[in-house]
Amino acid sequence: MNQTPNIAADRLPPDILARNFSDAHPPLTEGQATIESDRCFFCYDAPCVEACPTGIDIPGFIKKISTGNITGSARTILESNIFGGSCARVCPTEILCEGKCVRNSQEDRPIQIGTLQRHATDWQMGTGEQPFSRAPLTGKRIAVVGAGPAGLACAHRLAMQGHDVVVFDARPKGGGLNEYGVAAYKLADEFAQKEVAFVLSIGGITVENEMVLGRDITLASLRAQYDAVFLGIGHAGVRALGITGEYFPGVRNAVEFIEDLRVSPTKSDVPVGRRVVVIGGGNTAIDAAVQAKRLGAEEVTLVYRRAAENMSATTVEQEWAQTNDVTIRYWSAPVRIDGSEDGVASVTFARGLTKDGRPVYDQGEYTLEADMVLKAVGQLFLPDPLAEDEIVIEGGRIRVDAEGRTTMTGVYAGGDCTAGEDLTVAAVRDGRNAAEAITADLMKAGN
Amino acid sequence: MADLSINIAGIRSPNPFWLASAPPTDKEYNVRRALEAGWGGVVWKTLGEDPPVVNVSSRYGATRYNGQRMAGLNNIELITDRPLAVNLAEIKSVKKDYPDRAIIVSIMVPCVEESWKRILPLVEETGADGIELNFGCPHGMSERNMGSAVGQVPEYVEMVTRWCKQYTRMPVIVKLTPNITNILNPARAALRGGADAVSLINTIQSVVGVDLDAMAPMPVVDGRGTHGGYCGPAVKPIALRMLGEIARTPDTSVLPISGIGGISNWRDAAEFLVMGATSLQVCTAAMHYGFRIVEDMIDGLSNWMDEKGFETIADVTGRAIPNFVNWNQLNLKFKTLASINQDACIKCGLCYIACEDTSHQAISKTLLNGERHYDVIDEECVGCNLCAHVCPVDDCITMVPQPVEGVETWNEHPNNPMSKIPAKAG
Ligand SMILES: Cc1cc2nc3c(=O)[nH]c(=O)nc-3n(C[C@H](O)[C@H](O)[C@H](O)COP(=O)(O)OP(=O)(O)OC[C@H]3O[C@@H](n4cnc5c(N)ncnc54)[C@H](O)[C@@H]3O)c2cc1C
Ligand SMILES: Cc1cc2nc3c(=O)[nH]c(=O)nc-3n(C[C@H](O)[C@H](O)[C@H](O)COP(=O)(O)O)c2cc1C
Ligand code: SF4
Ligand code: SF4
Ligand code: SF4
Repeated sequence: MNQTPNIAADRLPPDILARNFSDAHPPLTEGQATIESDRCFFCYDAPCVEACPTGIDIPGFIKKISTGNITGSARTILESNIFGGSCARVCPTEILCEGKCVRNSQEDRPIQIGTLQRHATDWQMGTGEQPFSRAPLTGKRIAVVGAGPAGLACAHRLAMQGHDVVVFDARPKGGGLNEYGVAAYKLADEFAQKEVAFVLSIGGITVENEMVLGRDITLASLRAQYDAVFLGIGHAGVRALGITGEYFPGVRNAVEFIEDLRVSPTKSDVPVGRRVVVIGGGNTAIDAAVQAKRLGAEEVTLVYRRAAENMSATTVEQEWAQTNDVTIRYWSAPVRIDGSEDGVASVTFARGLTKDGRPVYDQGEYTLEADMVLKAVGQLFLPDPLAEDEIVIEGGRIRVDAEGRTTMTGVYAGGDCTAGEDLTVAAVRDGRNAAEAITADLMKAGN
Repeated sequence: MADLSINIAGIRSPNPFWLASAPPTDKEYNVRRALEAGWGGVVWKTLGEDPPVVNVSSRYGATRYNGQRMAGLNNIELITDRPLAVNLAEIKSVKKDYPDRAIIVSIMVPCVEESWKRILPLVEETGADGIELNFGCPHGMSERNMGSAVGQVPEYVEMVTRWCKQYTRMPVIVKLTPNITNILNPARAALRGGADAVSLINTIQSVVGVDLDAMAPMPVVDGRGTHGGYCGPAVKPIALRMLGEIARTPDTSVLPISGIGGISNWRDAAEFLVMGATSLQVCTAAMHYGFRIVEDMIDGLSNWMDEKGFETIADVTGRAIPNFVNWNQLNLKFKTLASINQDACIKCGLCYIACEDTSHQAISKTLLNGERHYDVIDEECVGCNLCAHVCPVDDCITMVPQPVEGVETWNEHPNNPMSKIPAKAG
């Protein structure tokens, strides 16, 4: 990162930094978990279950917490979602399970499903034991590309079903965005790596790091050497703003800033501006803004093109940014970035509103002074590694059927590189379902 | 404002709420605090002969239900473990300072005339307002042929009651044990012996739970457990039934009743009153929350009485008794139907699965404009009330009584082989 006079690391003492990036939401105590689990009605055909992409039997696992059957509770969660631990921490539960909890209609206070899920999965991981074992070996070998939630969920299920799995990942560590993307305080204390180790402890999975599809390996070679291939390569590209000044020093992609933070053990070596402007309206924008603030930026402004309700970041996320002293400005489209070779100076926005149902930006302009600008206007799937192959890309993502089959026989895909919500839990579902499809297809083929 | 004062068997108290004979009434210190808090009276923790009994350590077990502590309480304590003279001096001192409150002394001595003859004058000397004969303790004391060992034999109940009537001028309340098959037998025995009133129920023999690590019933005393006496909210239904039985049976209905068993608030109190009680005794609720609970009991009962237009406790006592009948007097033509308030329904599906799996398949589950929708199928509903009980939302499922045409009880029903009317073929 280019340093400019106003962009500096080490703005806060180490103990404050450590606190700012530790667990944002502490776990439930034993007593709290009991009280909360007793609040659950044990609904029949529970709406919360339908709202969970991985379909965890929520009333089932909560009931087990309340009866003191924590072993069974953790197993209930993990058999649907082996990443139950990180999902408990990162899922936007307010728009998923908790958003559909019937307690909302009764008292506006849903069961804290996420934190209860954490309670049970933390216990399981604390035992150091994997609750699942492998079926008799099938002799099948499957390649998985991408060690993110999608790839590892697929690998785990495949290993459980008795296949041997090799996982290739471009990066030095597994976990995908759990390791490099999600806000540090959501997955504190090296949780991502602990969880990867937990998932792999089932056995039968080999991970090959720093192996890049399209550079070190090709889909064709994998297809030839393995019985099936799963692609869980996420999206590597970042959308550009397309305005002048985008390449002045001090203007960065938010995901790269976040990645620097995640990679740094102390955070004290990550430079941040005094006045930071974040452009975007999703999780990434929120995470970048909050973490910039917690790194010691004096002023952080998150600027979004449209209204609060249009943001893909949930209300809870927006409030989280606000409680972290991030200013959110709505209805502002970036027009240009001013600055020089020495660094960015300001960003100018056009004010907008809705006219005839369409956003129009003709309400004048305003300028925010900034020494750092973080762009978070969307990630893109980059199909380059697959350019040589007969894989159909549709709407910018790999086309798959309902079970995760791509248009190429024997090749499956899931997670962010395919259509659908870009959420950890959705990636886990995709990986798990694809594994089921792979096994079913291999068995059907009778070979 | 309703008048809550009572007079039961000549014992007066400013309100019907007494603390039952138990740890809350074990010594002067507690009793004074209780009377300060507003209790109308106390039944002093059961006195016995010297040397006093010895209690174990680890005494109570409790039932916890869905987060609710002490839904039921079980104890293996015995009677007072303090010397008789100490208790008597304290009773005297309390009575002197609280002349308007009911101070009743619970007694349990061996089933020997001499023992009773000896203790009664000592108790009378304290100025106490009456005595309660503890024929109920179902553990420990019963192994020594006292407590429920006496209460279970009507002849003994009658005999001891008679001795007491003979050797004291104080009113005699006989406390009945529920550990019998027919509550009327000991009640009649007490009546024959000359009892001025009965109080019920004492605790129910119980094993409250088993410690699965110690492999012993709880509470565990150095690796072993014993059965205890069960009380608290869980026993209220059993107490109400026994109370009502005595109150509705013509010969026993003359006995004034002090109602006991799980009374925790004014509503419970009102239920005991309408089922025949005149005074009310409380133990577990006080042990759970302290003496302050009496405030709402008094206040709530008084407000309720005002609302209903009852001026005195006597107006309330036994109100429900004419409607407490045997099953064969219920109208078989009556029908009630469940009805779901769709605005209140939170779509938890509990009514559906309860009726579907275990009742009459009378609730439908559909999607209405993409939303879950539960409705009662009137034709299938037998009016069992199950769904209304499982529904977690207050007043969401109501049972709606349907118009009734006439009365037909089992006595008149054609399916009754004993009835005169022939059954229809098929
Ligand atoms: C900043 C940020 C914050 C987020 N916060 C949340 C949140 O709070 N909650 C939530 O639910 N979701 C969140 N998400 C989304 C979530 O992280 C993703 O949806 C999820 O990680 C997708 O999983 P995946 O396995 O499909 O992809 P990824 O996690 O991206 O994993 C893909 C893996 O593939 C590897 N790879 C890529 N290309 C190649 C190649 N050519 N060769 C070999 N390996 C390759 C990568 O190194 C990576 O390890 C966030 C995303 C970002 C960017
Ligand atoms: C710890 C404990 C000790 C008791 N000791 C006596 C006793 O000495 N004499 C007696 O007549 N009843 C005794 N009882 C029974 C209570 O007086 C009362 O009948 C019973 O608890 C039911 O009332 P409740 O449901 O309000 O607790 C005792 C109850 C408990 C919980
Ligand atoms: S909807 Fe809420 S109350 Fe019902 S089962 Fe799910 S968590 Fe429990
Ligand atoms: S009252 Fe009984 S039969 Fe009728 S709907 Fe409810 S549960 Fe079913
Ligand atoms: S139990 Fe009550 S709240 Fe739940 S679905 Fe039935 S009517 Fe609705």
